[in-house]
Amino acid sequence: MYEHDVLIIGGGLAGLRAAVEVTKHGADVAVISKVHPVRSHSNAAQGGINAPLTDRGDDWEGHAYDTIKGSDFLADQDAVEIMSREAGEAVLELERMGVIFSRGDDGKLGTRRFGGQKKARTFFVGAITGSAILHVLFEQSLKLGLNVYEEWFVTKLVIEDGVCRGVIAIDLKTGDLHTIKAKAVIMAAGGAGRVFEPSTNALICTGDGLSLAYRAGAPLMDMEMIQYHPTTLARTGILMSEAARGEGAYLLNSEGERFMEKVAPDYMELASRDVVSRAEQTEINEGRGIDGNVLLDLRHLGREFIEQRLGYLQEVSVEFLGIDMAEQPVPIQPGMHYIMGGIKTTVDGATIVPGLYAAGECANVSVHGANRLGANSLLDTVVFGRRSAAHALEYIKSVGSNSKTEEDLATEKARLQALLDRPTGERSATVRDDMARGMTKGIGVFRDQASMEGALENLVNIKSRLPAVSVENKGKVFNTDLMFALELEFMVDCADAVVAGALTRKESRGAHFRTDITERDDENWLKHTLVYRDETAEHDTRVETSPVSITQWEPVRRVY
Amino acid sequence: MQVNLKVKRFDPVDSGGKTWWQEYTVDIHPDSTVLDSLIHVREQVDGTLALRCACRASICGSCGMKVNGGARLVCKTRVVDVAPNGEQLTIEPMGNQHVVRDLVISLDTFFAQIKRVQPFLQPGFVPDHGEYTASNESMENLLTSMNCIMCGCCVSDCTVLEVDSNFIGPAALAKAWRFTEDPRDSKRDERLKALNDEDGGIWDCTRCMKCVEVCPKGVAPMDRIMELREAAIEAGNTNTSGYHHTESFYNSVKKNGRLDETRLAIDSAGWMNIPRLLDLAPIGIAAMRKGKLPPIRPHKSENHNQVKRLYESVEGESK
Repeated sequence: MYEHDVLIIGGGLAGLRAAVEVTKHGADVAVISKVHPVRSHSNAAQGGINAPLTDRGDDWEGHAYDTIKGSDFLADQDAVEIMSREAGEAVLELERMGVIFSRGDDGKLGTRRFGGQKKARTFFVGAITGSAILHVLFEQSLKLGLNVYEEWFVTKLVIEDGVCRGVIAIDLKTGDLHTIKAKAVIMAAGGAGRVFEPSTNALICTGDGLSLAYRAGAPLMDMEMIQYHPTTLARTGILMSEAARGEGAYLLNSEGERFMEKVAPDYMELASRDVVSRAEQTEINEGRGIDGNVLLDLRHLGREFIEQRLGYLQEVSVEFLGIDMAEQPVPIQPGMHYIMGGIKTTVDGATIVPGLYAAGECANVSVHGANRLGANSLLDTVVFGRRSAAHALEYIKSVGSNSKTEEDLATEKARLQALLDRPTGERSATVRDDMARGMTKGIGVFRDQASMEGALENLVNIKSRLPAVSVENKGKVFNTDLMFALELEFMVDCADAVVAGALTRKESRGAHFRTDITERDDENWLKHTLVYRDETAEHDTRVETSPVSITQWEPVRRVY
Repeated sequence: MQVNLKVKRFDPVDSGGKTWWQEYTVDIHPDSTVLDSLIHVREQVDGTLALRCACRASICGSCGMKVNGGARLVCKTRVVDVAPNGEQLTIEPMGNQHVVRDLVISLDTFFAQIKRVQPFLQPGFVPDHGEYTASNESMENLLTSMNCIMCGCCVSDCTVLEVDSNFIGPAALAKAWRFTEDPRDSKRDERLKALNDEDGGIWDCTRCMKCVEVCPKGVAPMDRIMELREAAIEAGNTNTSGYHHTESFYNSVKKNGRLDETRLAIDSAGWMNIPRLLDLAPIGIAAMRKGKLPPIRPHKSENHNQVKRLYESVEGESK
């Protein structure tokens, strides 16, 4: 029997930042993760982390407004204000922990430009910012002696009388199922990119955290807001950081034209991501692409600059496509990258389920609204990771230890055994692939009623096949085959919520661009979609809406 | 195109702890990586095959394994590069680490090594507000080591760890270098002394270059270890046989224009180190019997004065 004051699911930036906070206050904390913390997908964040620092002539209002405008006014302004106000200290704190941010000539932290922002306020480590921060937070976890359940896969949250009291998880190395009790659980399990194919996301981004919370009764908010990143490497789908454009790279069509001039004359390549991705897709759809791609041109930046500031991009371009970016433009296309949607939380990370918190990509505070600005995701993880921990520390003061949680374990054991005992049927990978391709087709850069209904129809078919998915590996040790079958069930929950949200929103806003309703409709749709899991409802979903918090910035037409 | 894989399998429970080889032939896209091929096997052919992978973009460090005997990150290893003519590829778990199942190794060895070097910043003070001031060059210098993704390829193929499991290992030493070179860290001398004095520390590396060869991220751990040695000596750590070895090498070549091997052995052991010298005696006797004992009085090379001038010239430049 394992027991902690606070249990954090996920060992990426949000999870580790929360863990550092809990440890600092002397409470008993553990992190549980299906991968070792340094394997987390926070690694993949490349370009940087935003912060408006006043001693550099910036102000929090500027960052907040750029974020809100980027969100197409769907972000909750009270939440954005908090993030922008706390950003400076959050980034400086990372530096003091040991992150080796790039510096200016004065020895102080230097910045680069990023999309959708008036000022250069993105702090960075080459093109490996996420990895550099993750590894430093991991260093801190070693310093603090953090308890980590490495390679344990959570299958269920333990909910008693409506309150979250722990988790049930498989220790992958032994195959044994355990209960871990906790007074509070912080969900920091990352995104759900694999619900789509292709995606820039790691194979581990299967929406586990979203689904676990959703099954426990928490609503998923604005799940139709799927970010397609403008620059993913041709054929491989590997992310090519926005830092390339931040440092001055051009986007060209097959005629060698900088086509962003047509849609964003002021910001050009640095318009917000939804705008750039749509512009690229339009070029490709109208026959000015090259084999389904457009070109990212860095040649004018020079070899030395490319290798020094964007070394990782050059590495993947050379190794995966054989293209030297100093000599040749590299073919790229929009690719599914991030979910703005997630578990609805307060600005303190609390969900509607007492004892359950959420932070990072799996959560929706909401600071990204309908479109996230580049370099705001890392900021989101550390600001709201810390805040969730702070609030959870307060919450646990009034919570006694519990004793009933063992009951769920037997039920969960039986469920997994039944899955293992199924007769040979379809492989989970085949079903996952069919689901994910259907999602990309229906809920893409552009969408309309028919395409979204197509995604729904596909999902109905997927769900009918789900009970016949079988697990070939019957063994105990490191049985990833079993884990993949369980992940598929998580992904289907996320897909349900994405499609339900998308079909509900009858307007175009940010990443949700409908070719059949091309305008934003503030009168009717300046609100969040909330999807609840409801097995009695059609397609297992019940959709509600909630108002957007507006503090000082009235929605205006978004022009870049 | 087709790829032929020969994979080393292991299951500690279901097959009674035996290893076996399994062959797979699968159709792949010509641009596929070795990882793509293994995922194809796992998803379409054999769901029991266990391996780790996540990002597919050489940043998470999950998919280190041996391909044809050498450790690689298989997500950045294209099939055409390692099997240009359709040769069979041999895939095994990484070395020097305990195998959990199939291609999955235990991470315990790797992270136990990392923990030995106090792998976190230990600043002398915390700024009242804002950040530490440091030059950009000093930070960019650290990128060499921060590029490390902890994949374990260097540990897998380290020839010292093969025979001496107490060696701190290439990844952990590269990590240690990241702190000794960080201007914000206040424990440089203490760190260097510990790395110098500790059994399994910086002097245990045999400079075989394997870690440099297999590192997929250009960290070049051995180069970092050599820099640690220099820094340790400069910081006054001259108490190790490693230092005496270096010093003797330097002196004998400078003096004779060539290496005095007898003296090197004795200098390295230390003239007063009787137990170690007694250890060396049987080797000397055996070498003598075979006529392989180096001369007691060293030969000088013909133009040894030129060598001396080279020394002076190089040392003059570095001043």
